[in-house]
Amino acid sequence: MTLPDLLNNLLFDYTVRTVALGAMVLGVVSGALGTFALLRKQSLLGDAVSHAALPGVVIAFLLTRSKASIVLILGAAIAGWLATIWMMNIVKHTRVKEDNALGLVLSVFFGFGLMLLTFTQRLPDSRQAGLDSFLFGQAATLLTRDVLTMAALGGISLLLIGVFWKEFKLLSFDREFAASLGFPISFLDILLTTLLVIAIVIGLQAVGVVLMSAMVVAPAAAARQWTDRLGVMLFLSSFFGALAGLIGALISSLGSGLSTGPVVVLSISVIVLVSLFFAPNRGLFWRWVRQRRNRRKLRIGSVLSNLYTLGSQHGDPKHAHSIEVLRAMNYGRGGVQRSLLTLEERGHVVREDEHKWALTESGLEEARKITQQSPQSE
Amino acid sequence: MNQNPPNTIEVTDLTVAYKDKPVLWDVDLEVPEGILMAIVGPNGAGKTTLIKAILGLIEPAAGQVLIQGAPYKEQRRLVGYVPQRGSVDWDFPTTVIDVVKMGRYGSLGWIRRPGKKEQQKAMEALEKVGMSDFAERQISQLSGGQQQRVFLARALVQEASIYFMDEPFQGVDAVTERAIVTLLQDLRASGKTVVCVHHDLTTVPEYFDWVMLLNVRRIASGPVEEVFTDENLRLAYGGRVGFLRERRAAQ
Repeated sequence: MTLPDLLNNLLFDYTVRTVALGAMVLGVVSGALGTFALLRKQSLLGDAVSHAALPGVVIAFLLTRSKASIVLILGAAIAGWLATIWMMNIVKHTRVKEDNALGLVLSVFFGFGLMLLTFTQRLPDSRQAGLDSFLFGQAATLLTRDVLTMAALGGISLLLIGVFWKEFKLLSFDREFAASLGFPISFLDILLTTLLVIAIVIGLQAVGVVLMSAMVVAPAAAARQWTDRLGVMLFLSSFFGALAGLIGALISSLGSGLSTGPVVVLSISVIVLVSLFFAPNRGLFWRWVRQRRNRRKLRIGSVLSNLYTLGSQHGDPKHAHSIEVLRAMNYGRGGVQRSLLTLEERGHVVREDEHKWALTESGLEEARKITQQSPQSE
Repeated sequence: MNQNPPNTIEVTDLTVAYKDKPVLWDVDLEVPEGILMAIVGPNGAGKTTLIKAILGLIEPAAGQVLIQGAPYKEQRRLVGYVPQRGSVDWDFPTTVIDVVKMGRYGSLGWIRRPGKKEQQKAMEALEKVGMSDFAERQISQLSGGQQQRVFLARALVQEASIYFMDEPFQGVDAVTERAIVTLLQDLRASGKTVVCVHHDLTTVPEYFDWVMLLNVRRIASGPVEEVFTDENLRLAYGGRVGFLRERRAAQ
């Protein structure tokens, strides 16, 4: 299938369009809330909330016998929210640490959810079919009204972020200072966490409880690589989330058996990898390049100053020395030959015969500069 | 009415406990207006806890805190706070000027965003701590001393009359230490009161007017020349009096 075909599908194929829109909405919202989760070191909370939402989904279905997304999302939200509050209270009132509390709540809720799911599937009723798609997500089942529900809830979340921008920023950076100014920390905490719960539950139908936490962590982690401004980070994170949603939906529309949720998560993972390696400043690739450049510079400087030291021992700073001596002086550092060749290019050294090298006038000057800069190194 | 309240901060019977372990025990503290006060004591003496309890960041088990005659909650605008530098993540994606503006958030109140006025006040504060060239710098690029000065600038824009500072001299370079001392003296000159948790006993007489010696209980509190005695130090620090000899040698 070619690109025009894909665009054609996107614009005119109902299923592809709906799925793509749904995936983009969830990407935008989870990207935005994920930014705060990441900065508040609460990335794992997303994992717990999404797993804990499962029993909520099943109970909501059992109570209403409806699979309308607003009902199931509400159930998921209540369960996810209860799990979060329970977790916060465990940490506050016992000696159990946060990671333990997370693991505990996650497994209790998720186990209970799985049990309910198995039980429901044995009911003599066919309406529960498809409920298990909440495990791994099934974006293909999204309808227009589901996407509208997601967009409405997501829109409210984004709006609240806009309204409480200053407060959320202060809370995330320095909560004690915020408290000293009189801002009600617990209220802001619960509000922001509730928005995170909403961001997670609106994505469950498409991406599933198992993979949803990736949509919270990954866009924000990728965005952090590219910027040092909170506002830009939030925007980028949402953009990456939407991009992954779009790419995932399009790729999965190409072949049968390619479930959207996992492909979306794979897409965002690629974005994360690229960001980790190639983002300016923070990218590992550029860091590596900088390190190599520094190391080379140091090596070249050390060869120069060695030649200078050797020369002054002879009373003739331009006395030629064999490369073997320099190799011995730079033992373990390597790259002597290469440093000499670079220096030759710059006109700082000349090759007197096959293996002997001497400083030139400009090399002498350079070497003096280096030795003066670091008087403690001989 | 008492027209001239003797003490700007009055703490009575303050007790804080974590679980069943008392961290602060029945502490009284009176701070007169316009002085620089150091709170000193060994590790685990409850110095930070005392400040946090006064600021209402920790719920005390018992006791009362009055700031200029009223509970802290009613007097927030009078109080500025400099937390320990290490209490926040300096890799947070924001700039120096942005952090300083956070000091205005309290008087801005809910939802309202900082504007031109806040920008100007923040720049003035950065000027005072010698950091105006760093306004647009990402905060992760700062040295420890520069971080501390940013926190001080943030407290300055609070325009408070009483400042609580948690170890402002912790791990800063000599230049910053000098800058902070000058700043403290400027604050005192303009009639402000400053209470610092402090670690370096040797600089107490030089930098501060008053001192409180704390070790879970209050050992002593008052003007430095009266209470900063070997006897009180021994009471506060127990057997670890090696520094006392050093102090005498230095004198």
